[in-house]
Amino acid sequence: MSTDAMALPRTEPASRPIVARLHDWVTTVDHKRLGILYLIYALVFLLIAGVEAMIMRIQLIRPHNDFISPQVFNRMFTMHGTTMIFFVIMPVMFGFANYLIPLMIGTRDMAFPRLNAFSFWMTAFGGLLLYFSLVGANGLYGAGNAPDVGWFAYAPLTSRTFSVGHSTDFWTLALLVSGFGSIGTAVNIIATVLCMRCPGMTLAKMPLFAWLNLVMAGLVILAVSPLTAAQIMLLVDRYLGGHFFDTQAGGSAVIWMHFFWVFGHPEVYVLVIPAFAFASEIIPVFSRKPIFGYPVMVGATVAIGFISMSVWAHHMFTVGMSSAANNFFVISTMAIAVPTGIKIFNWLATMWGGKIEFKTPMLFCIAFLFQFLIAGLTGIMQGAAPFDWHLGNSYFVVAHFHYVIVGGILFALFGAFYYWFPKMSGKMYSETLGKLHFWLFLIGFHLTFDFMHIPGLLGMPRRIYTYEPGRGWDTWNLIVTIGVFFQAAGILVFLGNLLWSYFRGKAAGSDPWDGWTLEWSTNSPPPAYNFYTTPLVQSRRPLWDLKHPDDPDWKYE
Amino acid sequence: MPSQGSNHRRVLGSQILVCICCSAAAFADPTSPLSPTNIFAPASTPAKSIFGLSLFVLAVTGAIFLVVFTLLLYSVVKFRKTKNDDGREPPQVYGSNQVELAWTIIPILIVVALFMATARVIAVVQKTSPPSNAIAVTAIGHQFWWEYRYPGLGVVTANELHVPVSDPVHPTPTFITLLSADTDHSFWVPRLAGKTDLIPNHPNTMWIDPQETGVYLGQCAQYCGTQHAKMLLRVYVQSKDEFDGWIRQQRQPAITNDAVSEGQRIFETTACINCHTVSGTVANGRFGPDLTHLMSRDTIAAGAAANTPENLQRWILNPNTMKPGSLMPAMELNEQELDALTAYLETLR
Repeated sequence: MSTDAMALPRTEPASRPIVARLHDWVTTVDHKRLGILYLIYALVFLLIAGVEAMIMRIQLIRPHNDFISPQVFNRMFTMHGTTMIFFVIMPVMFGFANYLIPLMIGTRDMAFPRLNAFSFWMTAFGGLLLYFSLVGANGLYGAGNAPDVGWFAYAPLTSRTFSVGHSTDFWTLALLVSGFGSIGTAVNIIATVLCMRCPGMTLAKMPLFAWLNLVMAGLVILAVSPLTAAQIMLLVDRYLGGHFFDTQAGGSAVIWMHFFWVFGHPEVYVLVIPAFAFASEIIPVFSRKPIFGYPVMVGATVAIGFISMSVWAHHMFTVGMSSAANNFFVISTMAIAVPTGIKIFNWLATMWGGKIEFKTPMLFCIAFLFQFLIAGLTGIMQGAAPFDWHLGNSYFVVAHFHYVIVGGILFALFGAFYYWFPKMSGKMYSETLGKLHFWLFLIGFHLTFDFMHIPGLLGMPRRIYTYEPGRGWDTWNLIVTIGVFFQAAGILVFLGNLLWSYFRGKAAGSDPWDGWTLEWSTNSPPPAYNFYTTPLVQSRRPLWDLKHPDDPDWKYE
Repeated sequence: MPSQGSNHRRVLGSQILVCICCSAAAFADPTSPLSPTNIFAPASTPAKSIFGLSLFVLAVTGAIFLVVFTLLLYSVVKFRKTKNDDGREPPQVYGSNQVELAWTIIPILIVVALFMATARVIAVVQKTSPPSNAIAVTAIGHQFWWEYRYPGLGVVTANELHVPVSDPVHPTPTFITLLSADTDHSFWVPRLAGKTDLIPNHPNTMWIDPQETGVYLGQCAQYCGTQHAKMLLRVYVQSKDEFDGWIRQQRQPAITNDAVSEGQRIFETTACINCHTVSGTVANGRFGPDLTHLMSRDTIAAGAAANTPENLQRWILNPNTMKPGSLMPAMELNEQELDALTAYLETLR
């Protein structure tokens, strides 16, 4: 049954000159347009940071390769990490949250539309500032222009003694500026979810997507604040004679690590909880069943949010903490596996007994489940501190967190792109190209990141621009590099699919997936005011109730 | 040479690795060690304790993987929408508290077991205090080389650490104090122990008790600047007699040899002595490696090249050709000066 009947007839806007239309986009405060701006911005940086990854992998294809110099390599891994975390995954998550939360909770816009626009442009300028370093800076001992201190920028490598010139300043300021944007968006998401829900939608009847993004936004506020503080302290050290991290004057390099990781670990959950949110919307719809154990899913997410604030020093098992501290961070790190495991089991139980349709978004979500399971298990290995004394800072940890961020988060993100593309553009994507993208990327991902674990087990540390032959690392690195080209091909098919479908795709209709949440009850793309009348909901699946008046959800919840 | 027993364990480790990584082909020959830096070929107590724990953790996580993966595979195959579907929605199930409770409690029990096994190994490695016959070494990380000082024995050397082999019955472990002269580094010789960071203004300690003689490799495992990649570690584990002989030889001051006085003059009148020490001469710099017994070492440039006369000349002429970003400046010597200087360095045995 379709809900097209409930949607408004399409009203085509009169064609306007391109400058006027661009002006509309730049000055917009509409949550949907800002959401799309975030997405496009993130995709552009995905391409840039992807090219940086390819350059590194070509350099590492064989031992003693000299495709690029160590200076360039060090810039590449710093820029790749910083860009992917701060200017790809975070903005893309904010983009989906911006676009979807008001639609899912049945309201016209975010709580603070102008703050929303301000936040986007702060994030955007942060990314531009980072890349302006390519023309405006130089770095470690005459070594280059872009930042080259690594994405976690351990002190005292960032002091003016070791990082001359301004590359570290560009890095610091870029994160400072985009951090303000992130905090603004987080405040906005919290206010929107708590205050703007449509009549009937109690907290217990929100879509899981809204719940999970609420937790994510809370984590952003708690996590980005210490990062911002640390960046200011670093600037004070560099320009105002401070000694926070100046080890020569009694400062502490370890304090920087604590500041960074008390941001850095919750940050992982800032990135992955929205990915959970996508899976929690997509898996039920393509299994034709409601999410299994909704209250438990909410509870597990909130638990992950809290526990994730107390695990940060598992990034620091090798810095010489006391055995008591090591034990504490072992138990807290392993504890987080419990709510995470609960979520995986609930997604499985949602599929169990359903009628699973293998459309592209679902394929990506199933791969997400599989890969996130492995990422979680390698995470437990590293949570066992002594094992981490080997694995930490080796290629094993690089493989592990790419398993989380690519295998988990990025796969769920691709699922989300395909799932909501018809809503955002009004056009249906090409299923054939979508599946081609899926298989290319799946093969590439596994070639690269499965085999990347092995050199780590064989003693290969991360962040080395070249390596010695005879260590048993050569073959693995070759396979890893080959996989990258499959991934790149997959990304190109993905972008081609989006572009082709946007211009040539078939009209999608308002509800192509026979969905259950409110965004499918309005036009594709939705009008500026979202809903013709304010929706009234009685259950977690308002459209199920509409489509099955004989057997509505609210009878059971 | 490794004993049969440890060889057997190494093979076992390799086989587990194969199962986990699904890459049997490359491990087909179990008689040759996979890699000189394989974490699953431990040769010292800390590395062996970690190896034991890692097998346990791999077994537990492997079992979890098999169970959950089977469930996932089963549901994907079993509950797919069929071609002749009747178009009706499947039964709508909202949840079950009993099931949720089960998959909360079982993981909690697994976590407790894993934690207890982990805490035991943390205690073994971190709570061991040095016995009276332990060798004390201070390792100081520099951009981009290692300085080793044996405070009790009066020896200073660079890049190649020598330690005595430790008999499991009467262990003679080596306790290493880790310091840094500049940025963060990390000491990681996978077959001997897990890594521990060298952080300025934050002294750390670690210990090893290698039970087989030989050379153990590793490298800096914390990004420390441009040439982090070529900051390699070599640990020479020697029999008690060989180690004592090495110590005796390292304690000698440099021998003055008139045949190379020209080279010595060049060394002592150029920038060399700002950074390098040759004991018994005016050269007492500490920014670079101590060269008193340079020729007793197998490698130069922190393991980046073999210690041959040709490599020495290339290195002195322009270190950037071998190790771009190295902090040693090019010496701008002419050919005669270079030959004389190299001849002098070659007498530093």
